[in-house]
Amino acid sequence: MALILDHVTYEYGTGTELKVKALDDINLVIPDGQFIGLIGHTGSGKSTLVQHLNGLIKPTSGNIYYNGKDIHDEDFSKKELRSKVGLVFQYPEHQLFEIDVFSDVCFGPKNLGLDKKEVELRAYQALKQVGLEDEYFYQSPFDLSGGQKRRVAIAGVLAMKPEVLILDEPTAGLDPKGRDEILGLVSKLRKETGMTIILVSHSMDDVAEYVDRILVMNKGRLMFDDEPKKVFSHVEELESMGLAAPQVTYIMMELKKRGYPVDTNVITISEAAKEIKRVWASK
Amino acid sequence: MGIIKTKNVVFDYIRRNEEGDVEGITTAVKDVSMDIQEGDFIAILGHNGSGKSTLAKHFNAILYPTEGTVWVNGKDTTDDSKLWDIRQEAGMVFQNPDNQIIGQVVEEDVGFGPENMGIPTREIWERVEESLKAVGMYEYRKHSPNKLSGGQKQRVSIAGVIAMHPKCIILDEPTAMLDPNGRKEVIRAVRALNDVERVTVILITHYMEEIIYANKVFVMDAGEIAMEGTPREIFSQVEKLKQLRLEVPKVTLLAYELKKSGLDLPDGILTTKELADALEQKG
Repeated sequence: MALILDHVTYEYGTGTELKVKALDDINLVIPDGQFIGLIGHTGSGKSTLVQHLNGLIKPTSGNIYYNGKDIHDEDFSKKELRSKVGLVFQYPEHQLFEIDVFSDVCFGPKNLGLDKKEVELRAYQALKQVGLEDEYFYQSPFDLSGGQKRRVAIAGVLAMKPEVLILDEPTAGLDPKGRDEILGLVSKLRKETGMTIILVSHSMDDVAEYVDRILVMNKGRLMFDDEPKKVFSHVEELESMGLAAPQVTYIMMELKKRGYPVDTNVITISEAAKEIKRVWASK
Repeated sequence: MGIIKTKNVVFDYIRRNEEGDVEGITTAVKDVSMDIQEGDFIAILGHNGSGKSTLAKHFNAILYPTEGTVWVNGKDTTDDSKLWDIRQEAGMVFQNPDNQIIGQVVEEDVGFGPENMGIPTREIWERVEESLKAVGMYEYRKHSPNKLSGGQKQRVSIAGVIAMHPKCIILDEPTAMLDPNGRKEVIRAVRALNDVERVTVILITHYMEEIIYANKVFVMDAGEIAMEGTPREIFSQVEKLKQLRLEVPKVTLLAYELKKSGLDLPDGILTTKELADALEQKG
């Protein structure tokens, strides 16, 4: 069920000269099953926002509701919340620590107090979900490649059976194929399990390709909350916030400037190819 | 002989188990020969684990070849008596901006290198000033590095290297942890260094768009040089790059898709302008 943020503000340095509003009056409804992209430059408040969603940070004012319940009520179980709203941090492979891959993925569900059989079943399923072959299960996680380590770290969160999966820049530092693999995996997970996904990303091209809805943060405020095409039509505003439109959008804008009747509301390569062919075929 | 030359370089990692016994040997660099001329802008591509960082660490004597030889400005890197000269002539910038800054104030950080070289105080200040100006960070000279953005920190790291008056600067994925704006700032600073100051640049990256201005590109795979040529020559080979877990810039990919569907466009289009020009010629 849904996550709702009602007038959420988070300040640090309250009462001093250095007071900063890291989040400024955020109102947001995140229904089940959406694939959401969260963008904004470094320091815009993205990470602060996602840390509010599973109760790691408590808002200075405002409320957060999960399935209709205020997550900061005294009788609300934060432990359960954190298993339901899974957060994969940046460079999550730095958090691997167990002697082998399988034990590492077992760590989360084991802490939920599940019996051994259930823990192992979940770990096995999670590793299968991220596409790691059985031969790696009993290797040290430190002997795997960068992309594999990251998938193990994601499996560790999946083994908690979250309903909402938040990934903070899951492709940072990976090669192009590694980036495609992780994003392909996330997209597949969403299709197969119907879980809500929130993807924090610096790549406009990636969000344009994958998500249904984009949230744009700037200086702690939620500037845009809309479907990708609508958000990326605000090119100038995005640039003023240190962001950009996808690269193909700029290509279409250039063609339009040169007098061709192309639709500039295009955000992916396949759409752009189709649109250029349409216009040039009529010549 | 160029500023950096490698001849038949091989590098073996010896893997040891917990007791310190040798478990096996991994060859990370296999028979690499390259000759980089002063003033070049070289890019090195390759997937995670292809050996590019290992190779780069040979360029300023952080690693020494198991077989073969590396010369920096004519000096064999295994010659201990030349170590400090080599490190001064070939400076390195790493991925994580937070791991490279030590000063409390920007200008002190930049002055650290020349100070260690025993440069007279007055000249240190001159060097700090010109280096910070070269990367566009002069107005931040009195700031604390902690308050800077990732892109600004990376530019301070670059200034710290330039202040040592190197002939060559090696950047190992300097933009991997930055947002789009930070990435642009760093690449702009690097290009200016090469264009204006004629410093030799060796840029390692996973972002294809960053290297279209390089005059030569090496693509590494399994420790070997798999491809070598101008950006246009390299990016004309879309399928081969895909096999090597890489990609081409989005503009190049769009042109490639259009060509595949029957629109007659030249190979290796690198910029929006080139694509628009080529389409304009079609009518």
